[in-house]
Amino acid sequence: MKIIVLMKEVPDTYGERKLDPETGIADRAASDAVLDEINERALEFALAHADRNPDTEVVVLTMAPDSATASLRKGLAMGAHSAVHIADPAIVGADYGVTAEVLSAAITRLGFDLVIAGNQSTDGASGILPAMIAETLDLPQLTNLTEISLDDSIVRGTRATDEGVMTVSAALPAVISVTEALAEARFPSFKGILAAKKKPYEMISLSDLNITIDDLSVPRSILIAVAEKPPRQAGVKVDDQGDAGQLIAEFLISNLLA
Amino acid sequence: MTDFASDSILVLVTVTNDGQLATSAAGLLAAATSVGTPIALVVATPEQAVGAAAEAARLGATTVIVVEDARVSSVLSVPIVDALCLAWDLMNPDAVLIANSIEGRDVAGRVAARRRSSLAADAVGVSRDDEGVLVHHSVYGGSYDILSATSTGSIVVTVRMGAITAHAEPQPLVIERLRHAPSNKSAATIESFTPAPAQSSRPELRGAATVVSGGRGLGSLANFALVEQLADSLGAAIGASRAAVDAGYVQQSCQVGQTGVSVSPQLYIALGISGAIQHRAGMQTAKTIVAINKDADAPIFDIADFGVVGDVFTVVPQLIEALEAKKKQ
Ligand SMILES: Cc1cc2nc3c(=O)[nH]c(=O)nc-3n(C[C@H](O)[C@H](O)[C@H](O)COP(=O)(O)OP(=O)(O)OC[C@H]3O[C@@H](n4cnc5c(N)ncnc54)[C@H](O)[C@@H]3O)c2cc1C
Ligand SMILES: Cc1cc2nc3c(=O)[nH]c(=O)nc-3n(C[C@H](O)[C@H](O)[C@H](O)COP(=O)(O)OP(=O)(O)OC[C@H]3O[C@@H](n4cnc5c(N)ncnc54)[C@H](O)[C@@H]3O)c2cc1C
Repeated sequence: MKIIVLMKEVPDTYGERKLDPETGIADRAASDAVLDEINERALEFALAHADRNPDTEVVVLTMAPDSATASLRKGLAMGAHSAVHIADPAIVGADYGVTAEVLSAAITRLGFDLVIAGNQSTDGASGILPAMIAETLDLPQLTNLTEISLDDSIVRGTRATDEGVMTVSAALPAVISVTEALAEARFPSFKGILAAKKKPYEMISLSDLNITIDDLSVPRSILIAVAEKPPRQAGVKVDDQGDAGQLIAEFLISNLLA
Repeated sequence: MTDFASDSILVLVTVTNDGQLATSAAGLLAAATSVGTPIALVVATPEQAVGAAAEAARLGATTVIVVEDARVSSVLSVPIVDALCLAWDLMNPDAVLIANSIEGRDVAGRVAARRRSSLAADAVGVSRDDEGVLVHHSVYGGSYDILSATSTGSIVVTVRMGAITAHAEPQPLVIERLRHAPSNKSAATIESFTPAPAQSSRPELRGAATVVSGGRGLGSLANFALVEQLADSLGAAIGASRAAVDAGYVQQSCQVGQTGVSVSPQLYIALGISGAIQHRAGMQTAKTIVAINKDADAPIFDIADFGVVGDVFTVVPQLIEALEAKKKQ
């Protein structure tokens, strides 16, 4: 089985994250970039499957600037067999439509049985791409899975929705997305880090995928304005002298909050 | 066949398992009314369609397009996407509004991919200028406000649940029935569905005016009852940190933060929560923040309007007592 795991590099959520005030595009220089945690969990699921089924091939795929190499190599160090990195100056600030089109083309070119994505990135956070890719490639999508069972022909999972919990299934090939209910990822071992240096790492551009994105008749998402909000200020802080519960009640009542 | 207004806004209202409209419908129709002529789409089984349509009109839809399709309970997303595209072709809407729920995102993604339209995600509001519909976003935990639009054509918008609290005026029920036209696109099968336990008397977390959240500092599932007691005293919804969810004190749907729910209540009370940046990302736009934590250096105090350095197990019972005493006055 061939599994493609979609990996996004994002600004580290532990740091302050910035947008460029002119373009509204994420300011990559302002914060450390890391693999999104949810994608590491997705990769962990694929690698655990490969541990049990040695004929499994795991490919990590990203669309990101050249600088994302270190992040993607971490995926190789964790145990993925190969990496594909789409980088092209034309896709800086790409919208969902472009991202879905480019990733779908790369997925088709690679060939696959299963595509695994995170349910939502921590920067764009739309949770939109898995369904867009499924529609583009005419595949079933099983999103937001909290549990997954996978065999050679069928993927089945538990899907937590806003209305309840459902069991969903589909014949492969399919696109799935996973939630943080899945197990945390393994750490790359020293051996894994060394092995990663020898694994295939392919850089490709839009022309390798036969895609052009400069057609102005195609609708694109455009940014009209971006405004940074002033950071929140701290208010009063009191040490409990035995009456803090009473003080909070007075604060709430005098502010008409209780 | 009805002629549709040139400023039509197509709204997907979600019909839940028991035939009701999801609570997101009111906000979506109010948002649509503020920028154009709101047309609702109901995709439901024949038994549920008419009741749901009447509810959509009551919430402001000037026309309700009804597509009866028994597949909605067994085939994931695609029947709804097919119906939405059918309705789209009737009116060429300026915008399509869909709840930013887990189901809504999948439908929105597929519709935008099928129609090759722009998509704006997680909107907290919509407005209009001379050139068309503008979409308001609050990103990176509320640190930035963004305004986006489409370069051309209709725009698909997912709207953050609970962000729009306005209501539109009720409208007389006008139903337009469409025959479903399956696209035969590959879809997953829904094998079974268990509805979430009926909502308690507590408000929903999204959109609640007051939220009381508990963190790892509560220490155990049994102790988490303290969060519930304070919430009930204030008529508040219950929230939690990821650590509290991971520890099993409370279900995942209560998680506030980066990878949970984003809330902007009038009042947010954080109990035994350190205030990690990923937690703050989901609550720092609250009007007023109160925090109780025994660590004076906890980062939650950096954004709290009223912070108490103390033990939740002594402070909170006293607070509840004081609130209950006030109610008796
Ligand atoms: C703050 C912010 C707001 C934005 N708003 C909009 C908007 O309103 N409209 C718009 O068209 N675009 C918008 N974008 C651009 C959009 O984020 C990118 O197109 C992005 O690559 C995909 O969106 P997402 O992060 O929301 O993906 P999600 O759908 O949340 O990601 C889910 C999963 O898809 C996979 N994935 C996503 N992106 C990649 C990638 N580049 N490479 C590999 N796998 C990937 C990962 O597995 C990820 O976990 C925004 C970006 C940012 C940073
Ligand atoms: C990608 C990513 C996404 C994340 N998403 C989220 C998210 O959506 N939401 C979220 O919350 N977190 C999220 N996190 C996790 C986040 O980093 C923190 O680990 C988490 O918020 C900590 O929860 P906590 O404050 O309950 O626990 P802790 O950080 O352990 O804090 C517990 C606090 O309780 C206090 N305390 C203990 N006992 C008492 C007492 N008796 N009385 C008063 N105070 C007491 C302690 O002083 C401490 O400050 C995410 C992390 C990552 C990497």
